[in-house]
Amino acid sequence: MAKVLVVTSGKGGVGKTTTTAALGAALALDGQNVCVVDFDVGLRNLDLVMGAERRVVYDFVNVIQGNAKLPQALIKDKRLGSLSLLAASQTRDKDALTEKGVARVMRQLRGKFDWVICDSPAGIERGAILAMRHADMAVIVTNPEISSVRDSDRIVGLLDSKTIKAERDEAVEKHILLTRYDAARAARSEMLAIDDVLEILSLPLLGVIPESQEILRASNVGSPITISNPVCAPARAYHDASRRLNGETVTMAIPSGRRNLFGMLFGGRAA
Amino acid sequence: MNLFGFFRHRGTAPVARERLQILLAHERTVASESDLVVVLREEILAVIANHLEVEPENVHVSMQCDDAISTLTVDVEMASQADMLLAANG
Repeated sequence: MAKVLVVTSGKGGVGKTTTTAALGAALALDGQNVCVVDFDVGLRNLDLVMGAERRVVYDFVNVIQGNAKLPQALIKDKRLGSLSLLAASQTRDKDALTEKGVARVMRQLRGKFDWVICDSPAGIERGAILAMRHADMAVIVTNPEISSVRDSDRIVGLLDSKTIKAERDEAVEKHILLTRYDAARAARSEMLAIDDVLEILSLPLLGVIPESQEILRASNVGSPITISNPVCAPARAYHDASRRLNGETVTMAIPSGRRNLFGMLFGGRAA
Repeated sequence: MNLFGFFRHRGTAPVARERLQILLAHERTVASESDLVVVLREEILAVIANHLEVEPENVHVSMQCDDAISTLTVDVEMASQADMLLAANG
């Protein structure tokens, strides 16, 4: 039975697209059949992060408007056979996605894949609502920073009211993914700690992705971090998170902020 | 930061946590009310539109909540009498 997952946040720049690519690739590496879908019409970027920007011929809007069939628009990943991408269009008409059209495409995708991962645009407007509309599960990407936590709280409210599941009196399964976490700063009480965020949002934790230079390296070369550098800390955290989504129990490796005397004296940044 | 500053240093995260907790407690109640106002506005508009010609942007619904009493205000701006007669005859 296919699962539809929305990666959302309200706030922009917290790591939705990076997360969509990393989780999608991790699930595909574990043998799942995955399609990642870019809902950010007009500002598409998932194609870039996946390294498929020069292979987009048809996109989501073409499929909805009937100019292309879904299989023509699906871009198969060159590294992983079980990973596909449905790109957003660069059209400036943000109403190009229709409610009916999205419903039809989501139905078709459910028939083809184990996982459909919807990369939501930022904000709480139509595009974000359409991205979450068909979701069974939601990953709410949150930075340990007040504006991000506040926006996540708004998104939780929308997931509980604007989704098809909510209208049927069922609940979307919601998870917090804490990204750009700097354990050393949290240990010095300079940054909201994991428990602070979870307590405020009262939702379960899917994973903690440490702040890392590897994330930028991966997007520079157009590869999901779980493929390009699977052993680095953020990639391992993403891979563990994907296994939890898949129902596995994986112990949470919480980055510790403790530094030795050397670190305290010379004040180096944690990697 | 001097040596004393180092020992006195307190992070700003507790301030952030407290501000968020207060803010969200407020926003969660406001959000549920504003959702109600949106629904009320749509339904009131639909009923009025059955009988009168009104522009959707001329219907204002607002709710004011105080400790003792809450007021719902519905403000409908209608077209002038002449316009309505014209519409009825046309």
